[in-house]
Amino acid sequence: MTRDTASELDQRASFRTASRNWWRSIISGQEIGVFVILVLMIAVLTSRTDTFTSSQNIRNVALSFSWIAIAAFGQTLVIITAGIDLSTGSVMALSGLAAAFFISGDQSPWAVSAVENGRDVMAVDGQYVPIALLAGCAMGTFLGAVNGALIAWAGLPPFIATLGMMSIARGFCYGWTKGWPFRQLNGEFRTIGQGDLPILGYDIPYPTIIMIILAIIMTIFLTRTVWGYRIYALGGNEQAAQLSGINTSRVKLLAYSTAGLMAGIGGTLMTARLGVAAPTAAQGYELDVIAAVFIGGASVKGGKGTIVGTLIGAAIMQVLRNGLNLLGADAYWQPAAIGFTIVLAIMFDRARQDPQVTAFVRRAFRLGRARAEAAEQAGPAR
Amino acid sequence: MDKEPVLRVESITKRFPGVLALDNVDFEVYPGEVVALLGENGAGKSTLMKILAGAYHADSGRIFLRGEEVRPQNTAESQALGIATIYQEFTLTLNQTAAANIFISREPRYGGFLTPFKIINRRKMETEAQKLLDTVGAHVSASTLVEALSVAERQQVEIAKALAVDAQVIIMDEPTSALGSDETQVLFEIIRNLRAQGLSIIFISHRLEEVMEITDRIVVLRDGERVGTLMTADASIDEIVHLMVGRDLSDVFQKEFVERGDVILRVENLTREGRVEDVSFDLHKGEILGFAGLVGAGRTETMRLIFGADRRDSGKIWLNGKEVDIRSPQEALAMGIGLVPEDRGNQGLILENTVMFNMILPTLKRFTGAGGWVNRRDSRRAAGEYVNRLRVRTPSMEQTVKNLSGGNQQKVVLAKWLMLNPSVLIMDEPTRGIDVGAKAEIHALMTELAKAGIGIIMISSEMPEILAMSDRIVVMHEGRVAGILSRAEATQERIMTYASGQNNVMKPEEVLV
Repeated sequence: MTRDTASELDQRASFRTASRNWWRSIISGQEIGVFVILVLMIAVLTSRTDTFTSSQNIRNVALSFSWIAIAAFGQTLVIITAGIDLSTGSVMALSGLAAAFFISGDQSPWAVSAVENGRDVMAVDGQYVPIALLAGCAMGTFLGAVNGALIAWAGLPPFIATLGMMSIARGFCYGWTKGWPFRQLNGEFRTIGQGDLPILGYDIPYPTIIMIILAIIMTIFLTRTVWGYRIYALGGNEQAAQLSGINTSRVKLLAYSTAGLMAGIGGTLMTARLGVAAPTAAQGYELDVIAAVFIGGASVKGGKGTIVGTLIGAAIMQVLRNGLNLLGADAYWQPAAIGFTIVLAIMFDRARQDPQVTAFVRRAFRLGRARAEAAEQAGPAR
Repeated sequence: MDKEPVLRVESITKRFPGVLALDNVDFEVYPGEVVALLGENGAGKSTLMKILAGAYHADSGRIFLRGEEVRPQNTAESQALGIATIYQEFTLTLNQTAAANIFISREPRYGGFLTPFKIINRRKMETEAQKLLDTVGAHVSASTLVEALSVAERQQVEIAKALAVDAQVIIMDEPTSALGSDETQVLFEIIRNLRAQGLSIIFISHRLEEVMEITDRIVVLRDGERVGTLMTADASIDEIVHLMVGRDLSDVFQKEFVERGDVILRVENLTREGRVEDVSFDLHKGEILGFAGLVGAGRTETMRLIFGADRRDSGKIWLNGKEVDIRSPQEALAMGIGLVPEDRGNQGLILENTVMFNMILPTLKRFTGAGGWVNRRDSRRAAGEYVNRLRVRTPSMEQTVKNLSGGNQQKVVLAKWLMLNPSVLIMDEPTRGIDVGAKAEIHALMTELAKAGIGIIMISSEMPEILAMSDRIVVMHEGRVAGILSRAEATQERIMTYASGQNNVMKPEEVLV
């Protein structure tokens, strides 16, 4: 055998290994299981209802799960570190209030008289909108950082620290507003939550676009940057991370602050969409957010989870809600149906990761372990 | 040795509340040598190691690295200075790739305008990691997830990780405790290789044969003092043990002849697909039946089947001549089978709880009166009896088990099962990680139990222990029984031949004779 053909063979072998690895990583990827569930749900809804695929309905679904998904991106980071953030809903509400305060006709120090629909009202000029957005993000980040500090430095268990924050933030919502919502929000601010950007003939809501951009940024953050690696390392084995020279306290602070920031962005978008900031907003959202992350393949023990998985998880929750409505399901029974789906989705995912089931699937795909190992040994020469 | 030491420790003293862990200890490591740090548990070797690793700070004394004084404040600093530690519990994150672990906290990044984003250059990281793995001689792909690697391979990743920080001195804490004999030889090849490249290795192990094989020099600590230094070539195991404990080797393995009674446990064609194939053997009253084999040969798995912890696909089990169907550990316990698991910390004990609590846990019903109240007086009396009988060294029954030494923890596990009055006791690596003195006590206890008519199954990866303690030896290879040897027939070589699968697997009929 000449040198050339040998290296050609090597190349071909290494290409084969690479493509097999790619295929194996796809079928064993965390997201594929839940993705199948989502596709099945969409298929069923498309065949059973006329309305599901209408562009209006799709727009609604895409719009209304976007802030849940964005908050869930942050929650994903926290859950990868083997923590949990129960304060998400309250942080969303308080961040929404913080944003609304500056551009609310009833509240803002910059409110001026204006005429709207022939009535005299107080309104705030559009130049203050960036301040509002910044305030929402800053409030979320601040509350997240407090969570992080309590966990990383005061050494509180995440469950306890964020349970406290859940009540504290909600209490500030009520105390600050005396129970009344902030209204008369600036119109340009509301456009961010209610408007669309036409792309390729489809009207895509701004929150959905922001969600997609954040999903891309967060994926890069988590899988390509030093910070992301540290978050996975911390969740995989905290002691190992520490002994390997990682400042685990700082990583925790980062994870919880980012979770706060994401909840802040989510809360601000939600407020813009609703056009009013209520102290009771986003109540119970933390559970939807946490469910989305776990459906997306994250592990309670930490170390596992992806943004794409979480995105699919959040989509499943929303498609399910929407589907139950379209199918005319009794509203009183819907929470039970949602609960069952969460449990079933996670059981399906567990079964998929069971070695015996995996072995069966591999056999079905003729990817026997012996062959794979033989290929690895014959792979690129060392 | 006339070379300058690469690492020198000068009169280090470290005091813990109530204990003088290190008393004016000097220690030195020369370039390109493998030095053994030996001593019983509590002799101070882990304290010394942790001081070098930056995890503890010495009360007094100085550390010199290449002639310059250093004061590592934490593990990161110690690593940066070139001292890497490979702990018994690996410091790897299983959910990440080998490459990510090797470069953890110092990943190569993209420069230029991407610098502030700290984006990892994965291609460069994997290429560099692969180079290090190849230097180590590991057949591991840098892009594999660590959870997919075997214990031996994970260790190789740890070594590559040490090389990645440009370590001059690598401390290995019990590196062979989780390895089979073949894997140990591979590790020794790697160590020789590193030594040839001028690196120094501090080798900490309880297995003296291995120390004799791989090290150049031996430093022995006892009660926080350095009691001796030997050149390995001139040393004998007897001499080392004598230095470590002030006792002779003949005391370490006490085996007394016990009259062997009737068959108490008989196992036929036990099978669990992919793990255990067609395992048959019998166990007599008063017998210690050793189970030898490489790590992963299916010994622990076989015991889990007998104990009902895993479901068997086929096979029969007789207890006292009656066929039994054991479907759960509860049933096994009710029938008088006890299992002392391999992993004390996770499977045998509730570390955060007290000695008494742990001891009475399986027999809780006996101490529970009407209304579900636990009778504390009775349970204290029963636990106290076993504390005395097994000579558990604990300040009180209320002591948290976590704070006991390994040997005493093992005694608590033993007591826990003995309170059930088992007729069969399965012990998985009963003396792993236990110092020589405590080992002898555990062995004496085993003999005592055998005398009382209990049938004992002992899984051990330590050849001397297997040879010294067993009446018969079952050798397993890849899930099958490769051979059963009587005490008279057994030699290290024969066991190794069977364990490495060089002999044809015997048919069950032959085995059962």
